[in-house]
Amino acid sequence: MSADGDVAVLGVADHRRGELRDVSFELVTACRELADAVGGELHLAVVAGDVERFAEMLDVEGVDAVHTVDEGEEFNHDLYAAATAALVEELDPTALVMPNSVNGLDYAPAVANALDLPLVSDAVGLSYDGGLEATREMYGSKVETTVAVDEEPFAVTVRGGEWPPTDAPGEAEIRPFAFDADESAFPSRVLGFEEVGGGDVDIADAEFLVSIGRGIEEEENLDLIYDLVEATGATLSSSRPLVDNGWLDPARQVGQSGKQVTPDVYLAIGISGAVQHVAGMKGSETIIAVNDDPNAPIFDIADYGVVGDLFEVVPALIEQFE
Amino acid sequence: MKVLVAVKEVAEATDGFEIDGVDIDRRHLAYGLNEWDEYAVETGVRVAEQFDDAADDADAAGADTEVVSVTIGPERAEETVRTVLAKGVDRAIRVWDDDIAAAELDVAAKTRLLAAVAAEEEPDLILTGVQASDDEFGATGVSLADELGVEWAAVVNRVEVDDALARARVHRELEGGVEELSEVDLPAVLTVQVGSTDPRAASPIGDGPDAEPIERRGLADLGLDAGAVESPFRRTGASVPDRGVSTTYFDGDTDERAAGVADLLRDEGVVDG
Repeated sequence: MSADGDVAVLGVADHRRGELRDVSFELVTACRELADAVGGELHLAVVAGDVERFAEMLDVEGVDAVHTVDEGEEFNHDLYAAATAALVEELDPTALVMPNSVNGLDYAPAVANALDLPLVSDAVGLSYDGGLEATREMYGSKVETTVAVDEEPFAVTVRGGEWPPTDAPGEAEIRPFAFDADESAFPSRVLGFEEVGGGDVDIADAEFLVSIGRGIEEEENLDLIYDLVEATGATLSSSRPLVDNGWLDPARQVGQSGKQVTPDVYLAIGISGAVQHVAGMKGSETIIAVNDDPNAPIFDIADYGVVGDLFEVVPALIEQFE
Repeated sequence: MKVLVAVKEVAEATDGFEIDGVDIDRRHLAYGLNEWDEYAVETGVRVAEQFDDAADDADAAGADTEVVSVTIGPERAEETVRTVLAKGVDRAIRVWDDDIAAAELDVAAKTRLLAAVAAEEEPDLILTGVQASDDEFGATGVSLADELGVEWAAVVNRVEVDDALARARVHRELEGGVEELSEVDLPAVLTVQVGSTDPRAASPIGDGPDAEPIERRGLADLGLDAGAVESPFRRTGASVPDRGVSTTYFDGDTDERAAGVADLLRDEGVVDG
């Protein structure tokens, strides 16, 4: 495949500590669909680290070219922002697509502002018919909105887990992009990484998780959940607020900043289903939700639901196993 | 030293909300301080307090400290701004006028408004929440940093500012239980993650009749015109998401519903008995 036509889409890969992140391959799928609708080529960029190895892995179906920026070891937002902006100026794509990852949040808005591109962040759907229309969630995922952008080129960040990954081998051209950066002159420096939320419980291996959220209200009320866990032999996990409050060990946290879990059964109690939580548990085989708010977004992904007060439902459920 | 905290009054969907056109019917919206911004306020007040304490012992660079909040929002938002003043913010600015009210406030528009305020205030540190809970863009802070030509860090859960106000060390909360440790030159914009601190309750100070007035700014006051809030975005639809999952609800009284869940757990083979 030759890559010398108009570039419809430039997508930027996401990697960390030597590994391409899953969102990179999902982004390829989103980008290819968009490039077909716009009518043009899909180019990818991979910046920093072992770019040659990354580029070979990113050479998947539908990618016309992968541009490598061989500067730096790890993500640094000054490097990413400058390299991405330079590539956009060189390639002149209709759409610049970046991941809505934590690192994406750390450079995409800077690139968009620097290049004066309108930015649609955290898109869960993209369509193009002479102009972009993006689907986004609002109000804690309770509402899905569509927004049209009357300007080109434009920038988009895409949510992880919304598009299937592309992994069939491709025929992309790999092109080193000459970009000189003096990292020592950058006004920001990445000093290292720290693992948090170790602990001795492995919620990722559990086949039945009872997961508790903000609905529990008070730390003392957790006794009720401990009783349920004991009665059912489940493993206890939680959403973020309980860990933030210091009520539960960080090792029990499910979600974007916690662990990804895929149990046979995930029983979510008093969990509203914020996107950051859902990112960690939507791969569960069967999801059961107990919540007193019938509009809670957790019911959008739950296979089974009980709309009701957990302080009534949980004691009744414990009784079923006594 | 001066900290500027950008806060937003957000709309929350109330139970049983309905969609009207391209948004939630206004009657089903409740307003309050964005949860992420609550943590940004607390972080700002704590950094200022550290400089106050340091100034007592030595002649630190930031002997005079001030925490200023800025919000873009209608008069209704003053209630939220008062909450912020009661949580340790010294002065508050509210940006609004008829042109802003008529605009679709996208990231670029908010960036221009906040940049104009920041240019006036010349803060050492600008803080805001990672995202607003209503429109969930998560982009304004980093965009603002680029506009001002200053440094930034997104999704921060720990901040240490050095005495000379030259740089900040931050922890950025990445996915999957990993934090990145970084250093950024000041001034900088940091977007603050929830759970990073323990926000204080609002104190009654700042609410009384002697309370500092909230300073108001319109486009003209900021040296801008209506072009600053023009947007290429058009909202075209709103709906309650259908993720293609059909949820089976358990009916009946509490015991019947609990029995339904118990039978299901037995059928799935994850519990005995």
